[in-house]
Amino acid sequence: MSGPNILEALDVSDGSRRQDDSPRQLSTVRGPSDTVFRVAAHGGGVLVLSIMTLVGLFLAVRGAEAIASAGPSFLTEQDWEPNSGRFGIAAVLFGTVAIALIAIVVALPLAVGTATYISEYAPLGLRPLLVGIVDLMAAIPSVVYGLWGMFWLEGAILPVAQWISTYFGWIPIFNVPNFNPGDPLATPTVFTASAFLAGLVVAMMVAPVAASIMREVFAQAPIGEREGALALGSTKWGMIRSVVYPFGMGGMIGGAMLGLGRALGETIAVYLVISPVFVIQPHILQTGSNSISSLIALRYGEASPFELSALMAAGLVLFLITMLVNFGAGIIIQRSRSGAAS
Amino acid sequence: MTITDTPRTQRRAQRPGRITRTAVPGRDGRSSHPTRPETRRNLARIRRDDVLRVVGAAAAAVAGTAWLFAQVFPFEGPLTFVVIAYLLFVGFFVVLISFDDNRVTVIDRVAAVVMHSLAVVLILALAVVIVFTLGRGSEAFLNWNFWVQDLSLAGPLDPMTVGGMAHAAIGTLIMISISLAIAIPLGLLCAVFLAEFPSPFARIVRTVVEAMTALPSIVCGLFIYATYILLFGFDKSGFAASLAITIMILPIIIRSADVVLRLVPGTLKEASLALGTSQWRTIWHVVLPTSKSGLMTAIILGTARGIGETSPVLLTAGYTTYYNLNPFSGPMVSLPFATFTLVKSPEPSQIARGFGAAAVLMVLVFVLFLVARIIGGKGAGVLSPGGQARARAASLRDAVRFDQRVPTTPDRLDLPAIPDDQEVPR
Repeated sequence: MSGPNILEALDVSDGSRRQDDSPRQLSTVRGPSDTVFRVAAHGGGVLVLSIMTLVGLFLAVRGAEAIASAGPSFLTEQDWEPNSGRFGIAAVLFGTVAIALIAIVVALPLAVGTATYISEYAPLGLRPLLVGIVDLMAAIPSVVYGLWGMFWLEGAILPVAQWISTYFGWIPIFNVPNFNPGDPLATPTVFTASAFLAGLVVAMMVAPVAASIMREVFAQAPIGEREGALALGSTKWGMIRSVVYPFGMGGMIGGAMLGLGRALGETIAVYLVISPVFVIQPHILQTGSNSISSLIALRYGEASPFELSALMAAGLVLFLITMLVNFGAGIIIQRSRSGAAS
Repeated sequence: MTITDTPRTQRRAQRPGRITRTAVPGRDGRSSHPTRPETRRNLARIRRDDVLRVVGAAAAAVAGTAWLFAQVFPFEGPLTFVVIAYLLFVGFFVVLISFDDNRVTVIDRVAAVVMHSLAVVLILALAVVIVFTLGRGSEAFLNWNFWVQDLSLAGPLDPMTVGGMAHAAIGTLIMISISLAIAIPLGLLCAVFLAEFPSPFARIVRTVVEAMTALPSIVCGLFIYATYILLFGFDKSGFAASLAITIMILPIIIRSADVVLRLVPGTLKEASLALGTSQWRTIWHVVLPTSKSGLMTAIILGTARGIGETSPVLLTAGYTTYYNLNPFSGPMVSLPFATFTLVKSPEPSQIARGFGAAAVLMVLVFVLFLVARIIGGKGAGVLSPGGQARARAASLRDAVRFDQRVPTTPDRLDLPAIPDDQEVPR
């Protein structure tokens, strides 16, 4: 391996000097180590791409098998009896979306409030600590939240659920048909293991994820505009409402959607707190709900090959929904003013 | 709010063709507040009035709720009490401020109170989660045997002094080591490829990787269960669980490492290339060291996620109560999986062991997280004391070397030696 002569390398060919208008032809000759490195890096990319495509394709092919045999009733059937041919994701999909929506409705105010507090109200000395705490919350394993929901929150939330149902039962989703508020012997057990409880547990997992994204975006709001608002006589809340929130709107929506993606796919915490039912359960305070991921955890063990395909079809639907939500979040964050720099 | 235009200046500003003048309050002899003398604005962050109002409203709210619970509603649990008390508190607070401030101020103060209380609720909930888990688990993990024994001798009715979680802790460590051994080299290589070789193909890879971060963890487990275990016929084992964890954390690591690598300043890379270095050496000696702390954070956060996730392990590892050091044969259990299995038991002692395992897992994640904060808290190029000492020693060596070098004669053209793998423009 003899190194090329530098004079030869620097020599500009006469041809290009004569036709002085045409641009110089630039080409790169790589040394052997660079070639090896390029090949290795591209190989890494190809390998990762093929693993990921393999997972996706496998899911799609096996899932399509089940979807094809179920036909359109896959989306409308509530039961899950693949071996007798009657199965569909209507009930589990409804439960998944209901739990995720409850979670995000509860988590969004908490996340916005916490992010605003940390970036605007908290004393300067306390901020790094609070940022650390919120990030730490996002890293706590889901099984710990599941334990908390199963052994602590369930008992604490029963009277609240009962209270909501008693006084707001006229709103259809808060109605619990088997519960009669006038009956002094009515048992509160109709409120256990509900979608509401699962939603609250998932909200606790989702809120820190969303809060940490929102806090980062709020902190980037330009100082000049903040001072401008204050100098025009705005109060602190007026400044936050007219400068920080419009600036961080993309981050707020994107953070909430990323949280939603996390909430949709959550398995263990939901599995531990709900009692699975295979009907569409619009009464969110009542016992029994279901989600796609806990359906998989529940049924994979004794599944026949065809039932496994059906579970994969359900998983595929969940994956597609989560992917749409995540991509939507990514696009919103990128398009927004605050996301332009990143 | 204090600046008010007089009708005369407004009229003048609206007339076409006239040069408008800045309206200065008080210039025309009329002060905006003719009756009130100017007072210095209070710029303090905490105002005495506010503190008194908060205390007053809180006292009134607690008293009011206690009365409500005693007289109107029957007693319905502490959480309901807190919710009603809080709503009453906000109401009283609004009334108190509106006695001597305008609407804008009322909204500002209420917003401040709401933001403070939302943050307190979230952090309080975190404290409850941690203290509750540690408290219930302490029954188990305060015994020394919890740390060194496995569960093979401990039945559901045995006391806490028999049996422990060491087998699950070892299982967790083996599984995460195997998945990191695959995910770190592959993930970093792919991230370098995405960041350093931009092309349409790289864009496809990036899109697919981003899509795969949405893959629910249970589906990773289901994939390995359907292929490795059912299709290829292997038993449930620690290695299968590692594969599932790898598929889960690989996109997470690649995505965050890619973001970090793209933040390396282009000037640094260009400076290195302009000195005649090859691309490979530029990446190895400039790009990777510059983004070291960010890459470490990406890996550690991926690790924390992989350690804590139950669902891929649930489908692939199989449950066991004894030590298994061989990841390729026999079931192997991890801490979150053991927690999940134990707390479903009706026996209080098994539930306590489950909480103990959860507490150990949580502490493990905390430690990883702290390490990530310590490493990742520094910006690119900020060195630790040890790193600073090494850098000083290196530059001292260079200085000595320069001093000892024989000065070249001025008439000889001293061409620099070129490494073999140099990029040569033609």
